Amino acid sequence: MRSLNKVIIALLLFAACKSNNKKTLPIYGSRQAVTKTVNGQQVTDTVYQTIPDFTFVNQYGDSTGTKNLKKDIYVADFFFTSCPSICPVMQRNMLNVYTAFKDTADVKILSFTIDPRHDTVPVLKKYADKLGVTGNSWWFLLGDKDKVYDMAAKNFLVAVSQDSTAAGGYIHQGYFVLVDKQKRVRGAYDGTDMKQVNQLIDDIKTLKAEPATN
Amino acid sequence: MKFRVIIGICGILAIVFIISCQDEQSIDFKRYYGEGSQVYQTHCQNCHGSKGEGLASLIPPLTHVADLKKGKTSLPCIVQFGLQGKITVAGKQFEGNMPPSDLTPIEVAQVVIYVSNSFGNQHGFMSEDEVDKALGSCR
Repeated sequence: MRSLNKVIIALLLFAACKSNNKKTLPIYGSRQAVTKTVNGQQVTDTVYQTIPDFTFVNQYGDSTGTKNLKKDIYVADFFFTSCPSICPVMQRNMLNVYTAFKDTADVKILSFTIDPRHDTVPVLKKYADKLGVTGNSWWFLLGDKDKVYDMAAKNFLVAVSQDSTAAGGYIHQGYFVLVDKQKRVRGAYDGTDMKQVNQLIDDIKTLKAEPATN
Repeated sequence: MKFRVIIGICGILAIVFIISCQDEQSIDFKRYYGEGSQVYQTHCQNCHGSKGEGLASLIPPLTHVADLKKGKTSLPCIVQFGLQGKITVAGKQFEGNMPPSDLTPIEVAQVVIYVSNSFGNQHGFMSEDEVDKALGSCR
């Protein structure tokens, strides 16, 4: 009887370890099968949707974008500094992500402004300072409005729109979007929900541990 | 003997009155406080936080409402009409723009009672009349 117990415990432990190690994050967006010829052999590969190249300006006035993110996992969100509705909740929660990874070289946060007319570089810098954000692990990015809105909808799969009837003049969803080093979307989390943001922090760790294939 | 009984009865009546008055106010307080907590969640919490903690140096905390002066910067006035420019809270300066609210006077009274008796504040009761009066001297 005692040995049977031992066997059961061993099995349970084994099962627990296995399920913990196996976790991988899904890959979002459309995908295509592409057949190409490698060394005279036909190879079919899956090509995933990726975030297109962009070059915007950050809160320090530096021109930056995908070319500086080649080795980074990043979390993206869309906001504006004068936002009276969900932004403060989102940024309060994003501060937790920032605190968790600010000393981790290959994890970044990108907050794209959807109000480029008001949110100039000095406005973004002041906002970052007031939030207590320093260094280069969290960028507040100012870019061409059409390009930002287009990317939000098509690539980050977040709805953003201008609406004079909404508080602050804009409507946007409070998603935090997780992007891997291959520029693929790997998760979307409700930035107003602390539980989901904690899940995001866990998932970033999972993604960091993922072997660099492809 | 009769005299003593009358005094005794009067005394008991007086005690009953005092207790019932106090109870009415504490019932009002609880009612306002409960309603105020709902108003807070709907209209204030996004920016000021579930614990009134504010947000870094962007949004002031609500933990020191005793600092708020009379008149334009009294709590009822700020809740109703918002606030522009600079304000110093707990020794820290904040600058920005709090939008005005479309709350009714009773909702302002409720949320003022909630805030001024939460997050470490203990200011007790403020009746709807008192809030009305404060709102009248905002400008």
